[in-house]
Amino acid sequence: MNPIIQINNLNKSFGQVHALKSISLEVNESELFGIIGPDGAGKTTLFRTLATLYTPDSGNVSVLGYDVVRDYKKIRPLLGYMPGRFSLYQDLTVEENIRFFASVFGTTLEENYKLVEPVYRQIEPFKNRLAGDLSGGMKQKLALSCALIHKPRLLILDEPTTGVDAVSRVEFWDMLAILVKDVTIIVATPYMDEARRCNRVAFIQEGEILQVDTPEAIVKSFKKPLFGVSHKNRFKLIRALKNYPYSESVHTFGDSIHYTDQRDLPDLDGLKTYLHDMGLENVEIGTLIPGIEDSFMALVLKEANHA
Amino acid sequence: MQTIRFLLYKEFLQIFRNRVMLPILFIMPVVQLLVLSFAATYELKEVHFVLVDLDHSPSSRDLSAKFQASGYFALADATSNIEEAITMMDRGEIRMILTIPQNFHRDITIGRPAPVQLMIDAVDGVSAGLIQSYSGAIIRDFNSDRKGGIFLQTISQPNQQYQSINVIPVYWYNPDLNYINFMVPGILVVLVTMIGVFLSGMNIVREKEIGTIEQLNVTPIRKYQFITGKLIPFWIIGMVDLLIGLALARYGFNIPFLGSLWLILAVAGIYLVLVQSVGLLISTITSTQQQAMFIAWFMMVIFILMGGLFTPIESMPVWAQNLTLANPVAWFIKIMRMVLLKGAGWYEIKWMVLLLTGMAAFFIAASINRYNKTSS
Repeated sequence: MNPIIQINNLNKSFGQVHALKSISLEVNESELFGIIGPDGAGKTTLFRTLATLYTPDSGNVSVLGYDVVRDYKKIRPLLGYMPGRFSLYQDLTVEENIRFFASVFGTTLEENYKLVEPVYRQIEPFKNRLAGDLSGGMKQKLALSCALIHKPRLLILDEPTTGVDAVSRVEFWDMLAILVKDVTIIVATPYMDEARRCNRVAFIQEGEILQVDTPEAIVKSFKKPLFGVSHKNRFKLIRALKNYPYSESVHTFGDSIHYTDQRDLPDLDGLKTYLHDMGLENVEIGTLIPGIEDSFMALVLKEANHA
Repeated sequence: MQTIRFLLYKEFLQIFRNRVMLPILFIMPVVQLLVLSFAATYELKEVHFVLVDLDHSPSSRDLSAKFQASGYFALADATSNIEEAITMMDRGEIRMILTIPQNFHRDITIGRPAPVQLMIDAVDGVSAGLIQSYSGAIIRDFNSDRKGGIFLQTISQPNQQYQSINVIPVYWYNPDLNYINFMVPGILVVLVTMIGVFLSGMNIVREKEIGTIEQLNVTPIRKYQFITGKLIPFWIIGMVDLLIGLALARYGFNIPFLGSLWLILAVAGIYLVLVQSVGLLISTITSTQQQAMFIAWFMMVIFILMGGLFTPIESMPVWAQNLTLANPVAWFIKIMRMVLLKGAGWYEIKWMVLLLTGMAAFFIAASINRYNKTSS
C-alpha cells in the first residue's frame, strides 16, 4: 500500500527557531492519523508544509505521491485544508461559503452533497445565517464541510477542536470517524484525550517526533506501575514527592498526582512513611491504569534526560 | 474564466453586504466635489482694509471709493494714525492698509507720479498675492481716468508704474478665472485615486488579516485569477464614481466639457488599473490593514500635494518638478484639465497616456510578481 503522506528528514526554521527537526513520518491510506503535541510543538508548521504553503528547508515531503515543492499545483485540488484559525468569509452566509468553495474547485454543492452530508446536514438549518454569527462548534462544522466539498483525497485539519465545547468536540470526532471511510485524515490536536480516537498518533514536542504508534500500543508501552496520590494540600504533596529520593516522575492530572517510582518494585509503605514525616497525613495512594497522557509525559521526560 | 466569475460574484456579495462602506462609496463623489469646490476657494471676497488718508482730497476719496466699489474690499476703518492701522492688522482684524500720502491730489492733478502704499498681511501668501493683483487692477483703472497716474509702492517691486502701457489681459480656457473650473477636474482625479489605491489593496490585506487567504491559497485559484477578481469590482466602482462626479461637474458646476467624454473615460480606465496596482503592491508588503492604510495615506498625500491640484507644478523647485514626472496623479490631473477645459484630443495627450499605460504595466507586473501563494 502506498503511503498518502511520506516525510523524510524534514527541517524547517524561522530565523533562530528550529520549528521542525528532521521529521520523518508516513501516513497510510484511509487512516485517521493524529499529531498530538502542546502549543508551539510545530504542528501548524508541519501542516502548512503538507498543505504546500511552506516550503521545506531540507528533506523530502510527498503528499499523494507528489512532491510538495515541485508539484504543489497537482496537490492542491486533492487537499482539504482546514487552518487552525477560522478562515471562511464571516460576511457570507453558510450556504454562500460552501457554494463559493465548491465553485473555485470546479464543482457544486449538489454534486458532492452525499460526501459532506454527515457534516453539512447539521448546519443546513442555519444556511442563511452569516458565518460570523455561528457558534464555535458550528463554525468548525462549516469549515469542515468547505474543506470536504471538492471530494479531496486527504483532509488536513489543524486543531479543529481548539476552542470548541466538550460536546461539540465529541460530535466532531464522531463525524471524522464516519468520513475516514472515504478520505485519509491527518489531524492535529493539543488534547491528549482525543488521541484514542485516532488509528495512529504521533507525539510531537519542540519540533521532534517522539513516538508514532497506535493509541493502544502507546499505552502498553508504559510499563512502570503508576500511582495516583492525593492529599488536600496539593502543593506541599507535589514538593514532597519531587524531593523523594526514589521518585521518577510527578505530574498533576485533575485531582490527583500521577507518580512513578525509579524502582521496579516500589515500596509504598516507605513512601507513606516518608510523606507522613513531611507532615502530610492521610495520603491516599492507589494504583492506576496509565493513559495516553502518562505515556506522553514519560516520553517527554525520557527525551529531556536524554538531552 | 469561470473561476474569475465566481470570485467576482463573491466580491460583489461582500461589497453590497457592507452597509457601512457601500453608501459612502456613492456619496463620496458628491460630498467631495461639493466640499472641496466650495470650501477650498481661492477667490477673494470682503477683504477688510483700513484707509490711512493723509491727503484728505477729492482724489484720495475717489481712490478709496474705487476700492470699496470693486466688491472685493470693505472699509473697516479710516484713520490718520498709521500705528493704529498696524495694530489692527497685528490683531488680524484687517488684511490690508492703504496709505495715501500728503500732496497726492496736487501731484496727480499736475501730472506728476504720485505714490500710494499698500501693506498686505502675507501670512497666507496666496491670498496676499491676490489682494495685490486686485488692488493693482483697481489702481490701473483709476489711472486710466487721469493724466498723472499713481505708482504702486511695494517692497518687492518698488516704483511699479501703472501708467504708460495699457494692459488688457485675456485669460484663455478659463476666461472668468473661475476657480471651480480649475478645481473640479483635479478633485475627480483625487476621488478615483482614493478608490483605486485604498479599496483593492485593503481588500487583499483584509483577507490576510482574517485568515481567509490561507484557505484560498490551497485552492486551485491562480494568481492572475485572484488578482483580477480583486481589481475588477473596484475598477467598476471607481468608474461609476467618476461618472457620478463628471455628471455633477457638468450639470451641477457647469464645467465646460470641451473634449471627448470617451477619451476621459478611457484614460480613467487605464489610470484606475495603475493606482489599483499600486494599492496591490502595498498589500503584498503588509500584513495588516493598519499598515496598509498608513503606507497608502503616506503615498496619497505626497501624490496629491505634488500633483498640481492646489499649487501649480511650475512653481515647484526643479527637483520637485522632476519628481512629479513619476507622479501618476499629476499626469491625470493635467490630462483632465487639458481635455475638459482646453478640449485636447488624443493627439495632445498621447504621450501622457502612453506614460500612464507604461506605469500601469510596470506596477501590475511588480505586484503580481510579489504576490505569493506560498510563503517562505
